[in-house]
Amino acid sequence: MYSRAYKTIVSAPPLLWVSLFLLLPYALMFAHSFWAVQDGALVHHWNIDNYRKLLANPLYADVLFRTMRIAASVMLCSLLLGYPLAYYLSFHSGPRKELLYQLVIVPLWVSYLVRGYAWKTILGSEGVLNGFLQYAHITHAPVGFLLYSPFAVVLMLTHIYTPFVFLPIYASLEHIPRPLVEASQDLGAGPISTFFRVILPLSMPGLFAGATFAFVLSLGDFLAPLLVGGSSGTMIANIVQTLFGAVYDWPLGAAISVCILLITLSLLFLTEHLEKRWSFR
Amino acid sequence: MSSVVISQPAIVDANAPLLEVRAVAKRFGSRDVLKSISLNIASGEFLTLLGESGSGKTTLLRLIAGFEQPTSGEIWMSGERLDTRPPHKRRVNTVFQNYALFPHLNVRDNVAYGLRVQGAPKTEIPARVDQALSMVKMSEFAASRPSRLSGGQQQRVALARALINRPQLLLLDEPLSALDANLRKQMQSELKALQREIGITFLFVTHDQEEAMALSDRIALLRDGALEQVASPREIYARPATAYTAQFIGQTNLLRGEIRRSIATCGALRWPIEEPDGPAVFSLRPETIRLSPDGKRQLSEVKFRGSIKQQIFGGASELLEVDAGDGQLLRVRLPASGPLTGEHDFVFSIADAIRVAD
Repeated sequence: MYSRAYKTIVSAPPLLWVSLFLLLPYALMFAHSFWAVQDGALVHHWNIDNYRKLLANPLYADVLFRTMRIAASVMLCSLLLGYPLAYYLSFHSGPRKELLYQLVIVPLWVSYLVRGYAWKTILGSEGVLNGFLQYAHITHAPVGFLLYSPFAVVLMLTHIYTPFVFLPIYASLEHIPRPLVEASQDLGAGPISTFFRVILPLSMPGLFAGATFAFVLSLGDFLAPLLVGGSSGTMIANIVQTLFGAVYDWPLGAAISVCILLITLSLLFLTEHLEKRWSFR
Repeated sequence: MSSVVISQPAIVDANAPLLEVRAVAKRFGSRDVLKSISLNIASGEFLTLLGESGSGKTTLLRLIAGFEQPTSGEIWMSGERLDTRPPHKRRVNTVFQNYALFPHLNVRDNVAYGLRVQGAPKTEIPARVDQALSMVKMSEFAASRPSRLSGGQQQRVALARALINRPQLLLLDEPLSALDANLRKQMQSELKALQREIGITFLFVTHDQEEAMALSDRIALLRDGALEQVASPREIYARPATAYTAQFIGQTNLLRGEIRRSIATCGALRWPIEEPDGPAVFSLRPETIRLSPDGKRQLSEVKFRGSIKQQIFGGASELLEVDAGDGQLLRVRLPASGPLTGEHDFVFSIADAIRVAD
């Protein structure tokens, strides 16, 4: 048993941290979303006009839906890349497992910005990809849709978040007791049947965790659209950034942030529920 | 003219073994885990692979199940090559050491698994699952998750799940080792009864020699990846071929000595023997030695005088440690007879000193 004093001392730093850097900023943001701007200055008039504006102007809803579409695409693409990768590494890579694992993780040490600019170089009209397409006579002029499009944003975010999706899936696959796989084969199930009946269901918690990572991180991303998104690839975080930075309409920016936060929280709530439902310890 | 295809019935020899292990060897890296094992298992037999950990018994089981490939040698079952088939195409099922029940499926779905993946008719599945569950007395737990069950209950479910495909051969990998002593005894007798009832061939792996003796029709004793002896429990106990077998199966006194001019001499003990000269090892079971109150002996017996060093009371019997002279210690098992001290005359029959290979 630990003494009261010990418990207090141990739990004080995290409590302080959470209140100072999480609860307080969120409270401020929440308050701001119910204030207003008059003549370029913030006034503490409590009102819900900011939320009315969000509903009235279809631009915000459009961008929000585009953002969710992009986040969903990133989630789907990184799952399609990350799951097979994790499955191969966990079950079939043999002695190369450690090396391959490191190779998947290494890109995480490279700065986000560097990778963003790399995509710019690859996708641009003078870029590597267009150069190759013309060299191979697949196209005769630079292809425009590669850069400054939602496609480019999805591509870049998928590249960046696939390791985040890979990690929890890999961890959950590694936790599957191998005798279960053998038991399935022993009872007459071939490799495909074993995958869908045993491996996939038991890796669901990792899959949900990875999917949440990809979706939530993409939802709040503003650098990828800034670097490779162009005007057709603008996402909701860019709007927030503009409202806070350029337009100086903090209350409206805060209102959008509250909406994103609510979406994110309900998503986390949902996945936590799903993960619990699919864990069988 | 059309050729007539005459279909011939497959020639099945009723005496042919169900499973034939032919000179199977398995090497992991530079380690020879199995060294050319040849073993036949008859249909309906209960055969136990007995050995210490690391003797290769589980590896042999995994080769038969198909989870490992032999480095050399072949395995045949019912006249067909088995070792070239993937595990899901073998009519062999396994009860795993820690049961390996699917945690995401309830008891009913665990048991039904084999039928579902093999595409059994949907109308047939519920009845067969019910039957399998009642066979292992687990019907009332059909809807439970495995994590809610005790070890013994999980054991029963694992058994039902493995038997529902009606395998020709059931492999059991130390299935009782995780159970406490009382439950283990109970499961042993249930397992034996079940095997008699359904008539499926059992290949049972254990490191527990008492369990092997209690259950098996035959015991195959493995040592360092090689078969030491294959025989019925009674025979392997009464006539161990090697010193290792004699010591591993039950308790024994190993007498090391030599034979010269038809006399065996082991320390203070001497008896006539019709065998060529040379060093010799004999196994003498503790219960074959008895007290000789009148100091008399038959011609076929050996008498010696020993002082009692220690006495361990074991309920129905007593285990004595007796010094037969010059510090040669012999273990003697007597019916419980009260405390004994000092020197006594003991006898044993010459026929009970079994010559074993060293």
